Amino acid sequence: MESNLQVWSIIGAAVAVSFGAIGPALAEGRAIAAAMDGIARQPESVGPLSRTLFVGLAMIETMAIYCLVIALLLLYANPFIG
Amino acid sequence: MAAGPLAPEILFHLGPVPISRPVVTTWGIMAVLVVGAWLGLRRARVHGGTFQTVLEIVVEALATQIRDVIQREPWPYLPLLGTLFIFLVFANLSAIVPGMKPPTGHIETPAVLAVIVFLSVHYFGVRARGLLAYLRRYTRPNPLLLPLNLLSEITRTFSLMVRLFGNMMSHELVIAIVAYMAGLLLPIPFMALGILIGLIQAYIFTVLATVFIAAGIGGGESE
Repeated sequence: MESNLQVWSIIGAAVAVSFGAIGPALAEGRAIAAAMDGIARQPESVGPLSRTLFVGLAMIETMAIYCLVIALLLLYANPFIG
Repeated sequence: MAAGPLAPEILFHLGPVPISRPVVTTWGIMAVLVVGAWLGLRRARVHGGTFQTVLEIVVEALATQIRDVIQREPWPYLPLLGTLFIFLVFANLSAIVPGMKPPTGHIETPAVLAVIVFLSVHYFGVRARGLLAYLRRYTRPNPLLLPLNLLSEITRTFSLMVRLFGNMMSHELVIAIVAYMAGLLLPIPFMALGILIGLIQAYIFTVLATVFIAAGIGGGESE
């Protein structure tokens, strides 16, 4: 039973990180593409655009980092494994 | 099994208080910053020397960035945000000194920094708008959204903490794994990437703190 829980924790961590990274990766790609488009059209707006881009990327990236935290909790601080 | 990245690394005990490695590193960074600023501004003159000019350029650049975000005079907010940025840069880049680990790679330091940002948002908000006007902000645009606004206060502080911690810690973990598997030369590009990640995370943390404070004090002088 104990080892079964550990195996499932590891599988859960791997699944959380791998599938949790898909959505933010696609979203960051779209955000950067849109920012590139804006910079190409209006090169003088690069300052505010890149700042907003960084903040937005940080927001999007949070989702992936939540998945990483879940994975780390499963691996290192799992409450069900003694 | 080796201790995970969530477990603190206790170096020594000061009486009953355990002192962990991130705390010692933080003390070291604080000492370096204080001594550096003291040396640079010990004899501050109008036409200062090289080091004083460098410090002035840093302060001016930070003030310009903050002014761009919050659209008003940056000087009340510069001490907090500028110190935050400079400390984070030093903390995130302390990994390039052999034998040192970034204190932001453990959860305590980002947690404390996020709490400081959380409290200072309210402090600056109340000071700029008055208590009632500041509290009324939570009922905008509709009083039905009050629970969601309160929830977002907590989640954004949490995500501020977890973003910095997750990035720095996962990078440390990646380097450890690569060094374990590939040995000598392969980790070097990853470590170079770590410099970039450290700078970007310091920038993002500071910009987000600035944006939160700007949202707290209300947009522009027109309000």
